[in-house]
Amino acid sequence: MAGFFNRLKESLTRTRQNLVQKVEELVTGRTRIDDELYDELEEVLISADVGAETALELVERLRQRVKAEKIGDPAGLKDLLQQEIAKVLGERTATVNLEHQPAVVLVVGVNGVGKTTTIAKLAHRCREEGRQVLLVAGDTFRAAAIDQLEVWGRRIGVEVIRHQAGADPAAVAFDALQAAKGRGVDVVIMDTAGRLHNKTNLMEELKKVNRVLNRAMPGAPHETLLVLDATTGQNAINQARIFDEAIGITGLVLTKLDGTAKGGVVVAIRAELAIPVKFVGVGEGLDDLRDFDPAEFARALFAGDGEEEEG
Amino acid sequence: MAMFEGLADKLQDTLKKLRGKGKIDEADVTAAMREVRLALLAADVNLKVVKDFVGRVKERAVGQEVLASLTPGQQVVKVVYDELVALMGGDTARINLASRPPTVIMLVGLQGAGKTTTAAKLGLFLRKQGRRPLLVACDVYRPAAIKQLEVLGEQLDLPVFNLGTEVSPVDIAVKAIAEADSQGRDVVVLDTAGRLHINEELMDELRAIKVRVKPQEILLVVDAMTGQDAVNVAAAFNRDLEINGVVLTKLDGDARGGAALSIKAVTGCPIKLAGVGEKADALEPFHPDRMASRILGMGDVLTLIEKAQAAVDADTIREMEMKIRKADFNLEDFLAQMQQMKKMGPMDQLLGMLPGMNKMKALKDVEIDEKEMKHIEAIILSMTPEERRNPQVLKDSRKRRIAKGSGTSVQKVNQLIKNFEQTRKLMKQFADFRGPKGPGKGGSKGKGKAKGGFRLPFFKV
Repeated sequence: MAGFFNRLKESLTRTRQNLVQKVEELVTGRTRIDDELYDELEEVLISADVGAETALELVERLRQRVKAEKIGDPAGLKDLLQQEIAKVLGERTATVNLEHQPAVVLVVGVNGVGKTTTIAKLAHRCREEGRQVLLVAGDTFRAAAIDQLEVWGRRIGVEVIRHQAGADPAAVAFDALQAAKGRGVDVVIMDTAGRLHNKTNLMEELKKVNRVLNRAMPGAPHETLLVLDATTGQNAINQARIFDEAIGITGLVLTKLDGTAKGGVVVAIRAELAIPVKFVGVGEGLDDLRDFDPAEFARALFAGDGEEEEG
Repeated sequence: MAMFEGLADKLQDTLKKLRGKGKIDEADVTAAMREVRLALLAADVNLKVVKDFVGRVKERAVGQEVLASLTPGQQVVKVVYDELVALMGGDTARINLASRPPTVIMLVGLQGAGKTTTAAKLGLFLRKQGRRPLLVACDVYRPAAIKQLEVLGEQLDLPVFNLGTEVSPVDIAVKAIAEADSQGRDVVVLDTAGRLHINEELMDELRAIKVRVKPQEILLVVDAMTGQDAVNVAAAFNRDLEINGVVLTKLDGDARGGAALSIKAVTGCPIKLAGVGEKADALEPFHPDRMASRILGMGDVLTLIEKAQAAVDADTIREMEMKIRKADFNLEDFLAQMQQMKKMGPMDQLLGMLPGMNKMKALKDVEIDEKEMKHIEAIILSMTPEERRNPQVLKDSRKRRIAKGSGTSVQKVNQLIKNFEQTRKLMKQFADFRGPKGPGKGGSKGKGKAKGGFRLPFFKV
């Protein structure tokens, strides 16, 4: 647990440094809690892409707690804010549901968020857990997307079901599930082409893939993961909303958290749409896909240096 | 689009009560600036940039005379818009070409920004301008990145230079330029690997390429959906490489693209090109003024007007506009207009460009069905000129005749008439709502500046 925490912490160091530094700048050297302090806290959240409205709400809750609990010392505000964020992010979430035989995982998202890389990491992880994995090259649109998945498949030692470029992804989905049943694999992970959520025809294509999976195997897909780039701003809310409306999203994967982007928009998504984050991508290595733990995520964002040992 | 209520609309609401006031005072502006701040933040403009911007607008707006034709709300929108255009840079920036070929253009950016796709699109873009581009695959890290560029090159019939994944990107770039020389290629487009701006090792590699091949253009490729972090990314790339410009990708999404403003403000570099679709030809010169409208949620009025101007003659529009304003608009005009609009392209595209669509509650869920349009046309064509000009004369027997003549039903005819009346009312409101105007009022403002004048009716039977 401590090892996990340290890795998460490491990957979030930049996020944390920025935020913690800012929060600490705010609370040190102040003797009382005033509007200016609240405004500045709100700004820290906005800068982390939490979004103006959600930031406003969080700070409002903070105000109410301060009032209700008669808190006078500004130094306690950081912890309180952290608690409020963790509360929004929810209790510790279950990770992906892989109990079905085979479990079918559909991975979707807009262009360039890191779907294929995430799939490779997830497949690797399943392999490490001793599961037999089948990858499905459902991105038949982007040039060389199939090759990209195949390169990963070779590296991890996992078979990839593919059709020609330009083929109907629903047909690939169907074949893949037949193959999966025949081979008795444990997990089927399907890649899809990146698509902007406002492209109606592409979203229809995705719905078809979803329908075909379900027809070929009732209950499938068992997990539908929306991959979000942590660098994305408020548009991620639209992405989550529209993909969810189209095919039902069971969880988010937040990628590229190893940069300076903070991915705060997931707080807004969780608050608005109640979709949990299940994984975070924290680097380019195959091992860099981590479970998302709301409490620790919030703590890692706000914890001061001496505190993390408790976790 | 439907998610957002445009800033223009919000400001209208906030400042509605001020209608008729002669001057904007500080209290008005403070209320308005709250909305401006929220709108810009919702569009992902960086917080610091927003603060500076709001401060400047506030200064400018206080004490301004409200132009006779504008409400205070509109006046504030005008100030905001003007400032935003000024900040974005008014003119479309061009790609620098070397005096002595080959020109080297280097594309850099984070993972997933769209560099490889942009490289291919840029190749096509340049060829259309009579250049002979060579695409170069310098991304030796991402699996199948080279293959991706090769496939794209093949599709577009553009040559692609690569040395596999075992050669350093610096050497690939150097050899590519020698190759371009020998093949008579006059522009070299370097596709580099995506990297984090905080990855020193990979940033060093880009610096090394820069030192060796001295590109005329280093373009930072940025996803239009980028949030607050855009400033950090742009500032870091600019510090390390001194970028010349930006390519904004995925603008065909529904992100407001506030990152564009942040990047311009932080680096001072112009945004030169915009990726606007999946197809290879979907790369366009970037128009800062249009982006300002988009960030504000004002719709892409200029594009709409340009489309309209390309397809419809100006006199007809002017005549139509007068009629709309006077609410003296009948089915005959509607038919004429519908026929004009057919020339402009698919309806839903046109609709998306209109500002204030959210305000029109009745239009919010309008789905434009081309088949329905045909029915409408058939119904109107089955009317006598008298009936078209004056739908009030339509009694049951006439309606039955029209239904028969058009192959529809009396219900459809009734629906059309009812919707037409509603639309006429809506249009009157629409006509009353005049968007912000260009600097100065009245007079001929020339092509592309005639905002706020051209309105179209839409409805569904």
